[in-house]
Amino acid sequence: MRQACEAVVLGASAGGVEAMLSVFGRLPVTFGLPVVAVLHLPENQPSQLASVFERRLRRPVREAQDKAPVEPGMIYVAGPSYHLSIEQDRSFSLSQEPRVHFSRPSIDVLFESAADAYGAGLVGVLMTGASQDGASGLSCIAQAGGLTVVQDPAEARIATMPEAALNLFRPDHVLTLDRIGDLLAGLEAAEC
Amino acid sequence: MTNNDRTLDIEIKLLIEAIYLKYSYDFRDYSGASVKRRLLHALRQFECETVSRLQERMLHEPGMFSELLQYLTIPVSEMFRDPEHFLAIRRNVVPVLETYPSLKLWIAGCSTGEEVYSLAILLREEGLLERSLIYATDINPTSLERAKQGIYSLEAIRAYTESYHRAGGKRSFSDYYTAAYDHAILDSSLRENVTFADHSLATDSVFSETHMVSCRNVLIYFNKKLQDRAFGLFHESLCRRGFLMLGAKETLDFTAYAGRFEALSRPERIYRKL
Repeated sequence: MRQACEAVVLGASAGGVEAMLSVFGRLPVTFGLPVVAVLHLPENQPSQLASVFERRLRRPVREAQDKAPVEPGMIYVAGPSYHLSIEQDRSFSLSQEPRVHFSRPSIDVLFESAADAYGAGLVGVLMTGASQDGASGLSCIAQAGGLTVVQDPAEARIATMPEAALNLFRPDHVLTLDRIGDLLAGLEAAEC
Repeated sequence: MTNNDRTLDIEIKLLIEAIYLKYSYDFRDYSGASVKRRLLHALRQFECETVSRLQERMLHEPGMFSELLQYLTIPVSEMFRDPEHFLAIRRNVVPVLETYPSLKLWIAGCSTGEEVYSLAILLREEGLLERSLIYATDINPTSLERAKQGIYSLEAIRAYTESYHRAGGKRSFSDYYTAAYDHAILDSSLRENVTFADHSLATDSVFSETHMVSCRNVLIYFNKKLQDRAFGLFHESLCRRGFLMLGAKETLDFTAYAGRFEALSRPERIYRKL
């Protein structure tokens, strides 16, 4: 038997803002799992991502802060210029290690650390982007027993990132954004 | 967690303990996710199959630990990183510093020196460098050596030039360095009043009273317990109403010292001891 879902992590690059909004828009306001997203951003300028999401989704969205606990039912986004990790005690940590696949924050860094922290209780989603980032992290989630979802490359604005994952391993689901949103919305009651 | 992951976590714990026992470097309260990534990176570079193998080499091969230390510390720094931070120092902190006849400043975790030279330039332009004594400390002797040399790539210097001006720089940034080939060496008079020293926020104690402590992008690598230790040292070192400067994403909010400092300029991460 698989264990209950405890957290959702998502990654996207080019075209990612619209993709995230479309997925998050399908989550009920009562959605009780923590949701943590990395979107590749331009470095060294303040990001408005959390407030943009908050306005569009009409629900609280926070930039993940160093040492803050990962809280249920909250949507978090990674800020610019720092890698975002989740620690074993399920708090966030930031770091300025070198870029991974030219990116900081990197999707791989979040996914690998979250796979360590949540193991089989994690759901990972990789969507549109012109990058190799995220594929290896998503396969770590699969190896740790978590549920893995890749956006259908035919639908993705840029198919490079979903295709990189599909070239590396076979995820549990390949879905359109609407179906990804519906899958996440139905997760709470279900097992991963 | 799979069986292999569990074994890896045990190996990492043992290696960190072995480093502490043999070399007195204490990484036991560093943030786990980052330490793990850096060790896995080191594993590939040293072509070791397992962390246990790396531990054996670290314990028995001379020179191996100092190489490994380069992976365990993160020498990522810039001059005038977050320019608005330095602009806020000029505007809000310098007027107070000017009232002291002499100044002691501590740059904790100075890495390869970028923060040191940034502050020294700012102090010189504000007429304060001559009456200042700056302690620049780090745990990595290789980084300290590079900090003393003050040599940076011209490519980096070009990026720092823009930050220098955004930070309220009053002159031409090229006044502060001499370029040769693809590198620039910073004016050695900037470090006349700087003492570079080996100091660990994890194991050492306070060495001087100071008016200002700058510790930027160091505490993110510590867990809460070690952060509290570091804040304790800063609190003890700072004079009454002394200044504490943190990195853009670092805060006192989740620490035991939240109530013992006030934010002078929260977005720029400048605090004062209460």
